Amino acid sequence: MTYTWTGTADTATDIDDVARLLTARGERIPHPDLDPWVRDVDADMLRMLYRDMTIVRRIDTEGVALQRQGQLGLWAPCQGQEGVQVGTARALRQDDFVFPSYREAGVLYVRGARPGDFTLTWRGEEHSSFDPYELNVATPQIIIGAQTLHAVGYAMGIQRDGDDQVAAAYFGDGATSQGDVNEAMVFASSFQAPVVFVCSNNQWAISEPVTVQGKFPIAGRAPGFGIPSLRIDGNDVLGSLAAMRWALDHARSGKGPAFIEAVTYRMGPHTTSDDPTRYRDKDEVERWRARDPLTRLEAHLRSIDAFDEDFARDVSEAADRFAADMRAACLASPSREPIGVLDHVYAEPHAGLDEQRAQFAAYLDGFGDDQEAKP
Amino acid sequence: MTSMTMAAAIGAGLRRAMKDDPRVLLMGEDIGRLGGVFRVTDGLLDEFGAARVIDTPLAESGIVGTAVGLAYRGFRPVVEIQFDGFVYPAFDQIVCQVAKLHYRTAGRVRMPVTIRIPWAGGVGAAEHHSESPEAYFVHTSGLRVVAVSDPQDAYMMLRQAIASDDPVVFFEPKRLYHRKGDVDLDADLADAAPMGLARVVREGTDVTLLTYGAQVLTAMDVAVAAEDDGVSMEVIDLRSLSPIDYRTIAGSVRKTGRVVVTHEAPREGGLAAEVIAGVTERCFDYLEAAPARVTGHDIPYPPAKLEKHHLPDLDRILDAVDRVLDRPNSLTGVER
Ligand SMILES: Cc1ncc(C[n+]2csc(CCOP(=O)(O)OP(=O)(O)O)c2C)c(N)n1
Repeated sequence: MTYTWTGTADTATDIDDVARLLTARGERIPHPDLDPWVRDVDADMLRMLYRDMTIVRRIDTEGVALQRQGQLGLWAPCQGQEGVQVGTARALRQDDFVFPSYREAGVLYVRGARPGDFTLTWRGEEHSSFDPYELNVATPQIIIGAQTLHAVGYAMGIQRDGDDQVAAAYFGDGATSQGDVNEAMVFASSFQAPVVFVCSNNQWAISEPVTVQGKFPIAGRAPGFGIPSLRIDGNDVLGSLAAMRWALDHARSGKGPAFIEAVTYRMGPHTTSDDPTRYRDKDEVERWRARDPLTRLEAHLRSIDAFDEDFARDVSEAADRFAADMRAACLASPSREPIGVLDHVYAEPHAGLDEQRAQFAAYLDGFGDDQEAKP
Repeated sequence: MTSMTMAAAIGAGLRRAMKDDPRVLLMGEDIGRLGGVFRVTDGLLDEFGAARVIDTPLAESGIVGTAVGLAYRGFRPVVEIQFDGFVYPAFDQIVCQVAKLHYRTAGRVRMPVTIRIPWAGGVGAAEHHSESPEAYFVHTSGLRVVAVSDPQDAYMMLRQAIASDDPVVFFEPKRLYHRKGDVDLDADLADAAPMGLARVVREGTDVTLLTYGAQVLTAMDVAVAAEDDGVSMEVIDLRSLSPIDYRTIAGSVRKTGRVVVTHEAPREGGLAAEVIAGVTERCFDYLEAAPARVTGHDIPYPPAKLEKHHLPDLDRILDAVDRVLDRPNSLTGVER
């Protein structure tokens, strides 16, 4: 039997070939696959999603500001991607385990990260500020796609423990070209591991458009591995919640992995070091601004009389508070002692490093109490 | 004591570790029904089942990367890389993930992953089946690296590697897989020499000969041959390549004043350079001659019929012994 893909070459860029529940104008539309998963979602829940997204956007602006002010070495903005991040993360159970990339501020927020957790790593104070076992979130990954394998391995561990948790891997469209992501799908499929892949297709991998990674929709690849997939509107927080509930239920009930391609857009630069004006035009950004996940939900909330000025003020104040706490944590973070660079390389004593530590300590002691002079 | 091959001893070490700790599991290509291409895991699938002896898809990065996830969850994966030359696709997961996660998470995430690698040449194998990649891993902070050379030691060190909360790259010389030795299967882990120690395999007073892996046997031949020449060689098996046991090495060099290091990996940036630098820093005043190294050539591993010209053999090492003893040798009169 020969299988032939019959897609057309521009389907990768067809951003409307997606499942959604809220249109760009905030209308609630039906979708046979997604509707069953959000029947319980009431106005209060929608308001919570709105609040989450607003705080995440505020975290992002504060991150950019702190970087511009020289307080952070780098920041990877997530503006525009709040819908998929918050929607999918709110579907997770607290004991599920998440393997994120560096851009998932919204996922970290929903998982309960503290204000300082958003800045200390980008400031260069520590590689990862939180305890993965407190948030059930692995330390964010910079090596593109590597975390997808970790998620699958973790899911294989869940199977062996006989638990009903799920591991979730978050990654970008560029990552789908990596061998690791493809190997992760092979392993997940072969072992029917309870893992959910969440690909945030934000159209760009630094300057490379998604079409460089593949001509056809990313969601179309997973079925080739035997993994069911959904292509959703990642700027629709409600649709993202529904899709993730479907995927989690699929994995949790022993049916194996599931894959979500969330079609979204990175409104800002790739990182604060990037200049997107070199590779994309203004019109494109403006087209996406009209699909904003926050204004869309706000419009919907207004249409069901669930958005008033008190609520807006309350949410905005909460976001400002969080940002202020972030700033305070960032500015108050003490740099560690010089000898600290040698900490935690090994779990057990290592003679070579122990000798280097003793030598460096002796060198540092040469400065006596003169803390100022210490390198 | 039971006489067994090194391959069987390593298999016994795996069996013992799996019995001792239910969180230990094995992953690799063909390790299940086939028992591994070297039969090291023979019988373990029947004994422990497919949940703990995992025949994986053919994807080295996938094998190590999923082991990382299992370790996140508190398992102790033992990964088999089928042959040395196939570890390179997993290099990223080993050096960026396995080696660094403990550091990156300030000690909150442990990576007790053991990476077993059938290793090095001398068995007439096809291309990519005789590589000596140890220096890459020694250069990677966060990994421990060991190389075994005898069945009993392999049995104990493997159990130590698996029990260690740090990741260990575990090199098994293919050339020695079928060599037999006595193994005490009931030996207690607590009585074993620590994994990080070097082992003096032969005492001597004139020259310290340092090596590891299958070259230990060649070094012993060198010692016997040198004895006929009136030279007393001390032979040390490094065992641990990271950390290197400089205490034992320096003790020997202070006694002999002369050092030869041999390994079959290429020379440039290799372990011999590291060992000689370490010896020079510690024992400069004791050295009677410049240390010498005898290594593989700086070439891609040659075709099987030529490998005997690449692997440092008895005569090349004896030539270096002559050098450190200031006797006539192949480099006499050669400007360097
Ligand atoms: C293995 C690897 N190669 C290259 C990079 C450099 N790099 C960082 S982010 C990035 C683009 C990633 O794009 P995508 O996967 O779409 O995620 P996004 O940043 O858009 O969220 C690149 C090339 C890296 N971090 N890791």
